Amino acid sequence: MTVVSLNKDVEALSFSIVSEFDADVKRVWQVWEDPRQLERWWGPPTWPATFETHEFTVGGKAAYYMTGPDGTKARGWWKFTAINSPDHLEFDDGFADDNGEPVDHLGITHATVKLEPLENRTRMTITSSFDSEEQMQKMVEMGMEEGMREAAEQIDAVLANA
Amino acid sequence: MVVDKLSKHLSNAEIDRIFQALADATRRDIVARVTAGEYSVSGLAALYTMSFAAVQKHVAVLERASLVTKEKRGREQIVRGNHEGLQKARHLLDQLETIWRQRADRIADILAEDDEKDLP
Repeated sequence: MTVVSLNKDVEALSFSIVSEFDADVKRVWQVWEDPRQLERWWGPPTWPATFETHEFTVGGKAAYYMTGPDGTKARGWWKFTAINSPDHLEFDDGFADDNGEPVDHLGITHATVKLEPLENRTRMTITSSFDSEEQMQKMVEMGMEEGMREAAEQIDAVLANA
Repeated sequence: MVVDKLSKHLSNAEIDRIFQALADATRRDIVARVTAGEYSVSGLAALYTMSFAAVQKHVAVLERASLVTKEKRGREQIVRGNHEGLQKARHLLDQLETIWRQRADRIADILAEDDEKDLP
């Protein structure tokens, strides 16, 4: 079995998943480092991912889209925040609009990937959590802005019917 | 299962409130406590170094995110975990779990191709 353990923390809205693979650490690292391999597993078969950008350096960005059965594209971005080849990777992961611009208020997750050798196998631990409070704060402010706009629209609608 | 990206789009205001509510360590602590058993706001305030008003604000944020409920009982305000709201937070994590389990399986499939290529 690929996934060996899983831990969910509802209060912290974070979780970690441990998987083991029949390959060495360097080989597993390639599925993250090589965008052509990455796009074969990031999206589900019905929504395959295409990575248009994949700057695999600290501070570098990745841009991808997933294409749905009806041709709809869902876009996302990554920002690599730590890369220690071949066993440690961290990145922020968020949504993007049709122009590839980040849509922060939909949430940013921070992912940490660790690879450890186990004889002939590799153990991969991924921790996914929501990022810093500042980011959260920004998200909230944007959400509030949207709420205000919605409220204004409702008032307009009420006045229009008066 | 609907793809994660889209399901997140659908209820994003609701998800925003949950994330905002859980972004703070005090609020996470309050959620953990009131899920285990009810507390009055003053009972909670006694646990932290901050003011009663500050604790009350935290409770209000959690209430807006539907993670707790607040009810008047005599002169006390009783705070309880909101099962439904917590279920939503749990559901988000369940979606993430499914997504990552499937990803791990696909990685294993890609790695298995190496062995096939090695065969004579």
